[in-house]
Amino acid sequence: MNKNLDLFLTFMKIGAFTFGGGYAMIPLIQREVCTNKKWLDEKEISDIVAISESTPGPIAINAATFVGYRTNGFIGACVATLGVVLPSFLIISLISFILNEFKSLKAVQYAFMGIRAAVLALILKALWMMFKSAKKKVISYVIMGAAFILTAFLKIDAVFVIIGCGLFGLIWSLLNRKEQSHDTD
Amino acid sequence: MILIKLFLTFLKIGAFTFGGGYAMIAMIQYEAERHGWLTQAELVDFVALSESTPGPLAVNMATFVGIRTGGVLGAVIATLGIVLPSFIIILIIAKSFEKFKDSKAVKGVMSGLKPAVVGMIGTAFLSVGRTVFFPNGLQSSCFTDISFWIFLCLFEISAILAFKKINPIKIILLAAVVGVGAGYGLGL
Repeated sequence: MNKNLDLFLTFMKIGAFTFGGGYAMIPLIQREVCTNKKWLDEKEISDIVAISESTPGPIAINAATFVGYRTNGFIGACVATLGVVLPSFLIISLISFILNEFKSLKAVQYAFMGIRAAVLALILKALWMMFKSAKKKVISYVIMGAAFILTAFLKIDAVFVIIGCGLFGLIWSLLNRKEQSHDTD
Repeated sequence: MILIKLFLTFLKIGAFTFGGGYAMIAMIQYEAERHGWLTQAELVDFVALSESTPGPLAVNMATFVGIRTGGVLGAVIATLGIVLPSFIIILIIAKSFEKFKDSKAVKGVMSGLKPAVVGMIGTAFLSVGRTVFFPNGLQSSCFTDISFWIFLCLFEISAILAFKKINPIKIILLAAVVGVGAGYGLGL
């Protein structure tokens, strides 16, 4: 099969059959890309996870772009990314039209009242998972608190908070490194 | 004009969200509120639908917001906007993958970003909580309203199920059924 078509179809399958996105997608990518197609090895997949954590944007897009690029250059990156996005796009467009038709129904409104409580619970879980994976250091807790207050109460644009915290982390780590090397002198 | 605004907004969100879909909620909320694109409740509904449909949460939410504000073309533009930063950044670092991964500078930046993401998900939790429990603003009458207590119970049950690693789609479905039952039962 044509390599581009193969990339496109593989990533379309990944996009169409993973729920919850992100990390839920990794095992499927692994199976398709390493075991079935042998486009990348296991180590490269774990690299993608590491890189996705430190680059912005959805992990699925990062992975698709990377695998596509490694397999067939720029065109490969384009078709793989298009493939992973397309199912979402089509399904959401369809649901959006259906929702528009039925949203005035009482039952639909009641259902969503219940669903919102469930979403709150899912956010709480995501919060806890991220909290657990953060470094257990005083400075981490200070940044958490600062980012929370700045975005929740002072309504600062999250972009500035992200840039500020990133810069702060960089400077802090540089200062600490100097201190450490000073200690060992 | 709305299309350019959509594109730039989602480009910005795509370029500055780390840590997956949930970290994005606070940012989408800020933008949607500023531009008057969505109500709080609509945004929460989109999160639920994005979680119950396949594909990346971020792409699903971008498509939703895009289609609501600018039709099919809006959906294309918003999705393109959210995908483009990731795409370009990965292409740039694809060649120097190892160097990037082990870079001290990247690690330093991430040591500041990771906790910031926790704080931002905290913000999302707070504002979604307000939408769920106090849809008409915080009033003392809220606590005497039976629906407040029903949603509080439903939230607690959902949270327990979520922490027990039950599939989010099942939790959302259960909550929908309880919502319909409570709605008709109480005649809300």
